[in-house]
Amino acid sequence: METLLSFIHNNLELLYVVILSIFLGIEVISRVPSVLHTPLMSGANAIHGVIIIGSIIVMGEAAADNYVVLTLGFIAVIVGTINVVGGFVVTDRMLEMFKTGKDKASKQTKDN
Amino acid sequence: MQASILAICYLIGSVSFIIGLKMLSHPATARRGNLVSTAGMGVAILGTLFLYQPGGTALHNIPWIVGAMIIGSIIGAVSARKVKMTAMPEMVSMFNGMGGLCAALISVVELGRIAQDHSDMHVLTILAGMVIGSVSFTGSMIAYGKLRGKIKDHAFRGQHLVNLLVLALIIVAGAIIICGDGSVPAVIFFSMLGLSVVYGILFVLPIGGADMPVVISLLNSFTGIATACAGFLYNNQVMLTGGILVGSAGAILTILMCKAMNRSLMNVLIGSFGNTGAASAHSTGEQGAYKEISLSDAAMVMGYAHKVMIVPGYGLAVAQAQHVCHDLGKLLQKNGVEVKYAIHPVAGRMPGHMNVLLAEADVSYDDLLELEPANEQFGSTDVVLILGANDVVNPAAQDDPSSPIYGMPILEVGKAKLVIVNKRSMRPGYAGIENGLFFKPNTSMVFGDAKTVLQELVNLVKEL
Repeated sequence: METLLSFIHNNLELLYVVILSIFLGIEVISRVPSVLHTPLMSGANAIHGVIIIGSIIVMGEAAADNYVVLTLGFIAVIVGTINVVGGFVVTDRMLEMFKTGKDKASKQTKDN
Repeated sequence: MQASILAICYLIGSVSFIIGLKMLSHPATARRGNLVSTAGMGVAILGTLFLYQPGGTALHNIPWIVGAMIIGSIIGAVSARKVKMTAMPEMVSMFNGMGGLCAALISVVELGRIAQDHSDMHVLTILAGMVIGSVSFTGSMIAYGKLRGKIKDHAFRGQHLVNLLVLALIIVAGAIIICGDGSVPAVIFFSMLGLSVVYGILFVLPIGGADMPVVISLLNSFTGIATACAGFLYNNQVMLTGGILVGSAGAILTILMCKAMNRSLMNVLIGSFGNTGAASAHSTGEQGAYKEISLSDAAMVMGYAHKVMIVPGYGLAVAQAQHVCHDLGKLLQKNGVEVKYAIHPVAGRMPGHMNVLLAEADVSYDDLLELEPANEQFGSTDVVLILGANDVVNPAAQDDPSSPIYGMPILEVGKAKLVIVNKRSMRPGYAGIENGLFFKPNTSMVFGDAKTVLQELVNLVKEL
């Protein structure tokens, strides 16, 4: 109990960030048309690729002769980058198609 | 100085994630939103590479890190560019699994290092990151395999009990490590890792293939939480905010998707259980009589109709027939037929899948009808052309309480004067449920690949 209380006391700022972010995430998403569910999921998927920063730190702090950590870190950086780059590119490809449809629609209304 | 610049980089990253997500939820700004969060991510990553100095020393092994990033970028960009529109859902699942794997690897490494400074809370965060990351990784891989059609649905008796048992063992192992004297016994740690990996597999395996989008969204949320755990560990704000944001947004998105199918999350996760047996028993039962319509007759009725409604489904996506589908629509419109597309929110393999496909073929936004307006218009429709859609038009969702999809809102195509169904064969759809619509008196079947059939129809309508 005491450890928990002191933990809360020591990490109050982080806890604020966590709780406010939870509400923010819910607030930002709650009114999204079903058309955008897939791109949104994909975009959010790319954002959690920020985990790559953790893998960069792991690898950057590893001693040059600690091959186990280096190998694990190397793999972690690779898969983290795949998550980030692949996620953003796939999302962009999905949204690209929406854009052409939209542009066409707006062009048509202008013609009328 | 460097540390403050890095802090600003992280602030920019966090804010750009929030703005990006916000913009992603509106059709007009979505693409720019994605670019905004990409830019923020770039700033955060570059900042970490060059400015991160824990205890005054810069990061080592930069060439190796950059090398790994280049390899990862190439793999990610090439696979994302090459993937077909139809395979995007499994691609997202694959990328999500990579993020989960990354989180799990970080935790494994960090737990080896905690001897120096460790509080129980740190260990707990590391363990949570490892468990959630591993579950997300193997779960995503199973979801990927299922969407590819390589892994079938497996459910055995008592699977829920086994799952609960594995989960309980994971918690017990975690408790032993945390309550221990500070040393981390390797045996317990690695069995915890192994159990998490197994749990991810067991968790997704029994869930029906049709529910994979919901599962991917849920696993996406999991990876977000694992990321937040790592952010907590490193006291890194951008990882923390990014992770929590995705965690909560993913959770809400999961619930929204379930709502689109009129089901609860519990129902998706557990409800698949036992359905497999019932559904297959059902399908052998009522193979009634269906009638076929020739392509020339189909072209005739559509060419002389007042109003045609096209219902696209996964079959259209598989056949890559969206362009020829639009050709047929344009041709009919030129002949004075009113053509609309009725889009079910969960048609295809992911919510919005059909919108993406038809947008690719340049179908106008105004011609796409969502579920409710479409259902209002079926009554005044002469011909409904169903292209490879099955479960989303299955009347069992409305009148068979024993059906696994009972309660899901469907496109009420039966209200139209004539329904033409294009399918490759009489096999039941993805959810494995028999569809009574095919045996209704006003339904006619056209068998064959959607693209070939549509091409034929275009030629025949031209000759009218």
